[in-house]
Amino acid sequence: MNCVLELKNLGFVYGKGTPFEKRAVDNVSLTIKRGEFIGVIGHTGSGKSTLMQMLNGLMRPGEGQVLLDGRDIWEQPKKIREVRFKVGMVFQYPEYQLFEETVYRDIAFGAKNKGLEGDALDKAVRDAADFTGLKPALLDKSPFDLSGGEKRRAAIAGVIAMNPEVLVLDEPTAGLDPMGREVLLSQITRYHKECHNTVLLVSHSMEDIARVADRIIVMNKGKLAMFEPTKEVFRRGDELSRYGLKVPQITNIMQALRRRGFDVPEGVLTVDEAFDALLPLLQKEGKLW
Amino acid sequence: MSFISIQDVFFSYDEVEEGKPVRNAVDGVSLDIERGEFVAVIGHNGCGKSTLAKQLNAMLLPDSGKVIVDGDDTSVEEKTFDIREKVGLVLQNPDNQLVASIVEEDVAFGPENLGVAPDEIRRRVDEALKAVDMYEYRTHAPFKLSGGQKQRIAIAGILAIRPQCIVLDEPTAMLDPSGREEVISTLLRLNREQQMTVVLITHFMDEAVLADRVVVMDSGRIVTQGTPETVFSQVELLKRHRLDVPQSAELAYKLRGCGLKIDKIPLTQEDCVAMLEEAMR
Amino acid sequence: MRDVAFGQYFPGSSLVHRLDPRAKILMFIAYIVIIFCTFNYAALGITTAFTALFLILSGISPKFYFKSLKVIIFIVIFTSLLNLFYGSGAPIWQWWIFRITPNGIHRAVFVTVRIICLILASSCLTFTTSPTELTDAIERLMKPLKAVRFPVHEIAMMMSLALRFVPTLLEETDKIMQAQKARGADMESGNLFKRVKALIPILIPLFVSAFRRAYDVATAMECRCYRGGAGRTRMKQIHLAARDVIAFVTLALVIGGVIVCNSLMSGVL
Repeated sequence: MNCVLELKNLGFVYGKGTPFEKRAVDNVSLTIKRGEFIGVIGHTGSGKSTLMQMLNGLMRPGEGQVLLDGRDIWEQPKKIREVRFKVGMVFQYPEYQLFEETVYRDIAFGAKNKGLEGDALDKAVRDAADFTGLKPALLDKSPFDLSGGEKRRAAIAGVIAMNPEVLVLDEPTAGLDPMGREVLLSQITRYHKECHNTVLLVSHSMEDIARVADRIIVMNKGKLAMFEPTKEVFRRGDELSRYGLKVPQITNIMQALRRRGFDVPEGVLTVDEAFDALLPLLQKEGKLW
Repeated sequence: MSFISIQDVFFSYDEVEEGKPVRNAVDGVSLDIERGEFVAVIGHNGCGKSTLAKQLNAMLLPDSGKVIVDGDDTSVEEKTFDIREKVGLVLQNPDNQLVASIVEEDVAFGPENLGVAPDEIRRRVDEALKAVDMYEYRTHAPFKLSGGQKQRIAIAGILAIRPQCIVLDEPTAMLDPSGREEVISTLLRLNREQQMTVVLITHFMDEAVLADRVVVMDSGRIVTQGTPETVFSQVELLKRHRLDVPQSAELAYKLRGCGLKIDKIPLTQEDCVAMLEEAMR
Repeated sequence: MRDVAFGQYFPGSSLVHRLDPRAKILMFIAYIVIIFCTFNYAALGITTAFTALFLILSGISPKFYFKSLKVIIFIVIFTSLLNLFYGSGAPIWQWWIFRITPNGIHRAVFVTVRIICLILASSCLTFTTSPTELTDAIERLMKPLKAVRFPVHEIAMMMSLALRFVPTLLEETDKIMQAQKARGADMESGNLFKRVKALIPILIPLFVSAFRRAYDVATAMECRCYRGGAGRTRMKQIHLAARDVIAFVTLALVIGGVIVCNSLMSGVL
């Protein structure tokens, strides 16, 4: 079977029956194929965080089902913990979850809970540290002695070490500087390429999403507003702005040129793509020397 | 004389790592900030920009060199509170700056510390909350508000002290895009309409391009400074110091590298479109 | 954990909101004493009516009061059952070790009503008084202690900061718990020792973050020219007004009523 996650009419209401009742997720159905890199975007309060937390059973859907490898994750509520190892979840500012004496032990925490031990555990920890670019020398340090960026990576490694089939990352680059963002993003893409696992990346940075995602989930007011290939989503800039979202600057620039009658391709997502498209045009005009 | 004058400041935290003192967090910085100016300070994490910010209101004092605020040396102890009254500092995490459980009571905290008369505090609080567009929320609990709203209340808390300059240390780092926009447009309004001096420390380049002057820091030193146009046209230099440029500037820079004649590196989408249109006509 | 109504403040401008917070605190202390000095139904009735009057005047929706009761419902049931079965005198009903006496019934009723009144009254106090007002009032009431070098201002400031950060830390605990659960932390099974051990991954990050916050808060306070209590003023001035005097008189009448009832009628406990 090719699809790893299937959501069927998923819904969630906070504080049901109280005056504070709020519908966070409303009738969401979608399928995610194994090995896909999915971007998740939506305005704050659009329900994307709630949706993500239902994927690994941290929240139990009020309505509908989450199917993982074709089976409802709540089929046996007592075994919901197993699901957490299959759908790894990295929260926003995950460095707050570090607690062990050494970085090594902290990264091992999840994998150990999963039941790994001995060489398998050691390999899982070292591989995860490698994916996130943590040098082996750091593994024996206290996690509290690391720099901000290293803490972030150690926390992410702690989830990767569980070797989940699906890795969900909620704003992994929040608060990092440009270089830190860049490096972490490339580490995530490398992880995705080499492990062939499914990755869901929640981000407010359209530029980042545009660079890495195959398809994008757009959430708006609890509903699934779009679920399309990246180019297609960013082609519909007007619709996105209605959901309080933006299009990468470069996509907008190329779109504006297109509207003005220039023969540039649609759905340009990165500066490199734009450069490749503009270069021949400028050459033809004889503007380059 | 400039409103704030930083003169050859060195500073190092008293930490020792493996027997050696840690390098200077601020390593010989001289910088003047004029009244009414909007200055953005950019640099990667750990480049010393936050340490520099804390020098501006005497939260930290230089090991050597001087910081002069409106004629007063920050290292003169008696002047500490005068300086903090003139230069307000807003920090990164909005949650940790709000000290009271009700919005208006939090904004009142600063003037209360200064011993301002109750009626006058009321006036200042109302005015400050209106300036950041949070007046309707004055009786709310900050806990329930969004990040952008909390950060605007933190700004109001500083405004109520009636400073002449606001320094903000990565005020938008923990906010979502709409929160960032709220905070930045508030700052622009304060700067344009009330001639407030603003020093914005950030690593979002799209915020820095809005400033009158951009200062780039690395390893505790100033690498370059100037108008956003001059700074962001030095794409290579910025990248070398682990910084980013707006996509429009990067595209223009790459095209220029291939021989396209560009007078001014475009910083906004509109400028970039205009520039490319011009080039291709 | 997040929708606990107890201890919350609801801004408003009702009569109870506008009472001097010092008056409210003193009245609350007096109230605790009276509620435990009611020995017959007439006296209990008077204090209950007084409680109800304040709840109505507070202008806060009854649903919040109900919510605050929900938290302690088990304590109420437990203690009233305990009292019900441990009354003295001749039983009117008996089964196995359980025996109910008229005295037991009275005691159960009294303890239930007292606890409920107490919770409602304290909710009424916190619902209508902002934490700043509350700590401000405490600071002023304790002012005489300054003479013996008791750090009145510091303690009041710590209280108000603690109140401010309770919801923030609760939310944080929630977040950390979710994050550790996502790493497969097992908090629901195992023996007591295992469960206590399972708290470590939550407590350590919580402490680390609380310390970091404390440091941040201190910096932020200094940035806002905080330098201790000396020379501080307050935006919200508190002074006794006619309404406070009326409230005190009402309370005095209630106390008088309770004393009269207690001395004229025989106690039922």
